[in-house]
Amino acid sequence: MVKLVYLARLRESFGVTAEDIVLPQGVCDVAWLRQWLCQRGETWARELAPGRPVRMAVNHALAKDKTVITDGDEVAFFPPVTGG
Amino acid sequence: MAVRVQTEDFDIGAEILALKRGNPKIGAVASFIGLVRDMNEGDVVSEMTLEHYPGMSEKALEAIVTETKQRWDILDTLVIHRVGVLKPTDQIVLVVVSSAHRGDAFAACEFIMDYLKTRAPFWKKENTSAGSRWVEARESDDKAADKWQQDG
Repeated sequence: MVKLVYLARLRESFGVTAEDIVLPQGVCDVAWLRQWLCQRGETWARELAPGRPVRMAVNHALAKDKTVITDGDEVAFFPPVTGG
Repeated sequence: MAVRVQTEDFDIGAEILALKRGNPKIGAVASFIGLVRDMNEGDVVSEMTLEHYPGMSEKALEAIVTETKQRWDILDTLVIHRVGVLKPTDQIVLVVVSSAHRGDAFAACEFIMDYLKTRAPFWKKENTSAGSRWVEARESDDKAADKWQQDG
C-alpha cells in the first residue's frame, strides 16, 4: 500500500485528505502516479494536469518527477508553498 | 538549532535571550519576523489560516537550517512558524541567527527566509472582502530563492 496525502487547495478540490492505494502495475515514480490519478477525471484531471503547478513529496522530502515510489511510501500532492 | 511549528504566539525578546544566553562567542544576532498584513491583492484581509503538512514541515525547516550551517559560519539558529487562524498584525514566523560577525548572521537569516518561502510546506488561506481564497505563490519568491543557488 502507498499512502497518498493531499494538502491545502488540492485537499479541498478533491474532498480527500488522505487515502491508501495499491500501487498500480507500472507506476514506479511520482510522474507516473500523477498521470494515473489524472485518469480519475474531472477535478483530478484538471488539478493534476501537466503544466499545473503541483508539488510532490515522498516520505516528507520534496520529490522530482523521477523520484521512485515503493510500497509503504507516503506521497503528498500540494500547491506551491506560501508560508512565511 | 531549534525548529518549532506551533499555534501559540512567540516573544522575540525571550527567544533571543534564550538563544544567546551564556555564549560569549556570539558577536551578532540577526532576526526576522513575518507579520499578517491587513491588505493583499487590493482586498482587505480580516484573517488568515495557516495550514502545514505535519511530519514534513519540521523536517523541511531542519533541512534548510542544515544547509544554512554549511554555507555560513553561524553559531545558532531558531525558526518558529505558527499555524492556525491569525489576524492582521499577528506574528507568523520568526528566524533568529547568531554568529561571531554580522555578515554571516544577516545573510543566513535572509537565506533561511528565502528558502522557507519556497520549500517549507505551509499554505495561507485568507478571508478577504472579496471572499475566502488560497494565497497564490509569487514568482518573486522563487527568484529570491534562486539567487542563492547562483551565489552558492
